[in-house]
Amino acid sequence: MATVPANRPLSSATRDRLRARTASLLQRQGVLIALALVVLIASLRYDNWLSFGNISNAIAANSMVGLAALGMTFVIMTSGIDLSVGSVAAFASVIAAQLSSNGIVVGVGAAVLVGLVLGFINGLIITQLGILPFITTLAMLLGARGLALMFANNQSVSVSYDSGFTTFGQGDFLGLPLPVWVLFGAFGVGIVVLNYTRFGRHVLAVGGNEEAARLMGLPVDRIKLVVYTLSGALAGLAGAILASKFGAGQPTEGNGWELSAIAAVVVGGTLLTGGVGSVWSSLIGVLLLGLIFNILVFENALGYVSLSASWQTVIRGAFLLIVVLLQNRLAYRKKGASGG
Amino acid sequence: MRELDKAQVQSPDGASMGGGGSLPSNPKPTRRPVISDRVRDFGQTYGAIVALALLLLFNAAFTRNFLTSQTLNINLIQVSTIVIVATGMTLVIATGGIDLSVGSLMAISGALAPLIFLSKTFPFSDPVLGIILAFVLPVLAVGVFGFFNGTLVTYFKIQPIIATLVLYIAGRGIAQVFTNGKLQNFNNPSFQYIGTGRPFEIPFQVILMVLVVALFAWVLRKTVFGRYVLAVGGNEEAARLSGVPVTRVKLAVYVISGMLAGLAGLVAIARNSSSDANLVGLGLELDAIAAVAVGGTALTGGRATIVGTLLGALIIQLIRYTLVANQIPDSAAQVVKAAIIVAAVYIQRPRQG
Amino acid sequence: MEETRPLLIMEGITKTFPGVLALRGASLQVSQGEVHALIGQNGAGKSTMIKILTGAYRRDGGSITFDAHPVDFHSPHQAQLNGVSTIYQEVNLVPYRSVSENIFMGREPRRWGFLNWNQMHRQAREILQRFDIEIDVTQPLLTYNVAIQQMVAVARAVSFKSKLVIMDEPTSSLDEREVATLFRVIRQLKSEGVSVLFVSHRLDELYAVCDRVTIMRDGQTVGDHTLSEISKLELVARMLGKDLNEVQRSGVTGFTPGTHHPGDPLLQAQGIRNGYKLQQADLEVRAGEIVGLAGLLGSGRTEVARAIFGADRLEAGEVSLGARPVRFKSPKDAIRAGLGFCSEDRKAEGVIPFMSVRENLTLALLPTLSRLGVVDHKRQQAVVERFVRELDIKTSGPEQKIRELSGGNQQKVLLARWLCLNPRLLLLDEPTRGIDVGAKGEIQRLINELAEEGLGVLMISSELEELTEGCDRVVVLRDGRSVAQLYHADLNQSIIMAAMAQDTAEVLPQTASGPPTPLTSQEQDTSHA
Repeated sequence: MATVPANRPLSSATRDRLRARTASLLQRQGVLIALALVVLIASLRYDNWLSFGNISNAIAANSMVGLAALGMTFVIMTSGIDLSVGSVAAFASVIAAQLSSNGIVVGVGAAVLVGLVLGFINGLIITQLGILPFITTLAMLLGARGLALMFANNQSVSVSYDSGFTTFGQGDFLGLPLPVWVLFGAFGVGIVVLNYTRFGRHVLAVGGNEEAARLMGLPVDRIKLVVYTLSGALAGLAGAILASKFGAGQPTEGNGWELSAIAAVVVGGTLLTGGVGSVWSSLIGVLLLGLIFNILVFENALGYVSLSASWQTVIRGAFLLIVVLLQNRLAYRKKGASGG
Repeated sequence: MRELDKAQVQSPDGASMGGGGSLPSNPKPTRRPVISDRVRDFGQTYGAIVALALLLLFNAAFTRNFLTSQTLNINLIQVSTIVIVATGMTLVIATGGIDLSVGSLMAISGALAPLIFLSKTFPFSDPVLGIILAFVLPVLAVGVFGFFNGTLVTYFKIQPIIATLVLYIAGRGIAQVFTNGKLQNFNNPSFQYIGTGRPFEIPFQVILMVLVVALFAWVLRKTVFGRYVLAVGGNEEAARLSGVPVTRVKLAVYVISGMLAGLAGLVAIARNSSSDANLVGLGLELDAIAAVAVGGTALTGGRATIVGTLLGALIIQLIRYTLVANQIPDSAAQVVKAAIIVAAVYIQRPRQG
Repeated sequence: MEETRPLLIMEGITKTFPGVLALRGASLQVSQGEVHALIGQNGAGKSTMIKILTGAYRRDGGSITFDAHPVDFHSPHQAQLNGVSTIYQEVNLVPYRSVSENIFMGREPRRWGFLNWNQMHRQAREILQRFDIEIDVTQPLLTYNVAIQQMVAVARAVSFKSKLVIMDEPTSSLDEREVATLFRVIRQLKSEGVSVLFVSHRLDELYAVCDRVTIMRDGQTVGDHTLSEISKLELVARMLGKDLNEVQRSGVTGFTPGTHHPGDPLLQAQGIRNGYKLQQADLEVRAGEIVGLAGLLGSGRTEVARAIFGADRLEAGEVSLGARPVRFKSPKDAIRAGLGFCSEDRKAEGVIPFMSVRENLTLALLPTLSRLGVVDHKRQQAVVERFVRELDIKTSGPEQKIRELSGGNQQKVLLARWLCLNPRLLLLDEPTRGIDVGAKGEIQRLINELAEEGLGVLMISSELEELTEGCDRVVVLRDGRSVAQLYHADLNQSIIMAAMAQDTAEVLPQTASGPPTPLTSQEQDTSHA
């Protein structure tokens, strides 16, 4: 028998397990607790804050970044990144506006299709040419923006108000704005896909240990391709909302969406190194970061302080920092991730 | 345990490291090279300069009024802030990191400078002192923000992309808070010399750009620090074992990146006679990264060229100018720019990553 | 053994990598329900052999018959589908995913197209119960210790109805109890008629659990024995390619024994410890002395050097340099104190591939080569030219990228990186590994010369000739402890092998004859305690 003291792995294993439990609890439920606290404090502090209208409008305002964050969640779970979502959405909004006279189905469908194609191109370049996701999607960020401006002739494109297209962004169903339905619907599907399909689990496996995933016979390249295509399609859907909500295709909108989406995903506890993630928490992350602006408006209305809108970005940044530092404390170290 | 695998990789190395460990160390099918190695070698070494030369020749031949000092100045002015920022970015990327916060840091320094030289609350007895402080303090202040980035990356071991995302988001807000979100207009010729001065008919910001590039190209090539930067990006563990102060080197590149962004912010507001925290440096981080990538610096670290970054920025700018000058819309030019970035990075990939 | 039919027959396997013949007609035969050991030194071809079997590499020649059919797997996954599963030394599963998912990844049970978690967890539990393992299969894999993780890998293999399970150094990071659990599982597999191919360097373990052993050396199979019929010492001798009865003498290496003379004590390390891999090691190096550090893979040799150099944290123990106690917080401190460390893994820890020979060579010297932070190019050039000439480094010029050099020349550059610092003590980890014969001799001569000039050298080596001919003293490590100290007069290969193989009791003349220079302190001899 090997002559080895038995104390080391045991105690460290117990410690690891404890730490992992705490981490997963804080990571999974911490955001939810934070959101609950924010909601509680805000509803106590401000009259009328917890009104159906206010909340649903605040969510609707965040639906577009929210959809981008959903796609981003899957991309980041494979340890990739998609910087192109904002300009893809802008391009899709232009196309949707231009085709809006053909009705809601054609308009929205075209927007999704545009995003899908651009996302597919991202995936092809990443998997087939072997260029880093960061660079590939950075180029797509510029390219899609160019396409948007080109198709729109450098100005916003008004949508047709006769065809019913604007219903998609402005309509209600059962009292809730349609974008909220779309957002929750998409996240609902996302949660099911992640937790109850092979594809969802394989996405996590690819991000968790690509080499192992390959050895287990998973089609790694195909999974990545699908993930970027999905992210593009969701950005396209966000573009459709953008066009119909504001009545115009907006070639210059969507700047910085990618980073807001990444921030929401990170706040939600999905690790940028891939392999761990939760669609549900990303939604909470979106709402948490999204509500900060809304709360700021109410706080100013109280009249004690006058915080300009600028503070919301400062607060968001600080929030991201705190979350990242906390995660860093708790996160179980990923092993085997090699060099550099 | 590791040793077994190593043996497999190392024994072939014994005969020829030329293969650079090109062993099929995993079952992933190796892709056939799309272009021949020779083309790729050439592309890596001379690609940027040849592309730039071709662009210049093409324009000299086909674009009207290209070879006028005015045209050249326009193009150079337009890249100057990008290049200054991209110089710092090159250093950061050379260590294997990235700095997304530069655009926001530009906004911060752009917001601080007018606050200083327009300051009524504590007027400087000496206006010259005010101007000097307006140059120095903002740059130092964003240097501190750069230090913050570096601290997150080194001591807290947060991935650079997330660490700098914090200030990307918060930085612009901080700038807006400084200025209460208001546009600051000013007319201060001595401060604005940095953006509008024209010694010898050459825009001062272009001179500044050339100086920054020359300085850091020299630093990267000739100083211990420069060599350390590349060593850290090339093989961090080997660098550490050779006594390279890895943490300090990484901290330094983020500080430098921050300070250069601060300088670029000053140029940008001086040029416009106004400082708008919403707009100064907006999206510049991406332009800078694109210039670095096209210039031939590896995004994985270890290989970097500051002059290449200058060339990269010039190429992107000239392509856009060429297309626009030849009646192709700016938006289409942007699509071409995207394709160029992908193509440039693809061509310049080392033979085996 | 012979009554069972062979499950796997690999014959005449050849494999060439660019410039190197990794396997030359190697063979391997495993019977059904047998636990078969595969051993060999670094580079003997074990890993290549396994990778060819599992389809990670394609073979150049030879035949593989598995379960009475000729096979040619294209990928490890295909091999697994056909009954050959591999459990790698670094557990190759997905740490963040649950135990059940790791077992069923790629074949998850589904109902109506959606995952059937209940069924998945139930089946996972059932498989693990066969090995008497009761764990919460819904938890992420990384919440369990390595042993359990390996059990999960075994369970995955079993769930594929594997006929052969390959275990590539499975015990390298397990403790005693975990090893016992693994062995229980192996015996369980065996009783179910599953064969196991077991790769390990821990001889005790081979004898504890294996039926037969195949020994490989230099890409060939040099022995296939029933374990109960071969002694440990014989096993090690076969592995290293030595004849037990004949002890080779000088002339094999570039070392010339007896030309350097140990002076004052330079480095003393006592009871140094760092985690599990390095538990307790003592050693001393004198000026002008070459001390060898011997031991099988995983015995903690590299860890000793790294701990002394400040590359890893030192948990306990004392290090003194020239009688002054030191504790290096980083390699930088060690370098300043006059130490140099040439890592065994040139690629990961030595060369900076895209930098030139000039810059790789002077990397550690830069602080002294510079004035006000600016590199003095002239002096740098002079240093580089001197060492390129003195070490006869074959390069097209100082500006050539180091990645384009041969292994031997890379190693010379890395040696020069330290030599140009004019160090007092060099720690060399396998300085001649993976280097062609010519360069090997040169490097050995060089080390010898340096010692003559008064440099202290601590040399880790797996080559017995290097140890016997080059070293004034050899410290032998086993399982993270220094277990023996051998003096030059006593040095011969069988004694070193015996110490490495733990057949120590009768063979070791621990203090039989005096050292060439008497030790100043008795503590030196307590290392075996």
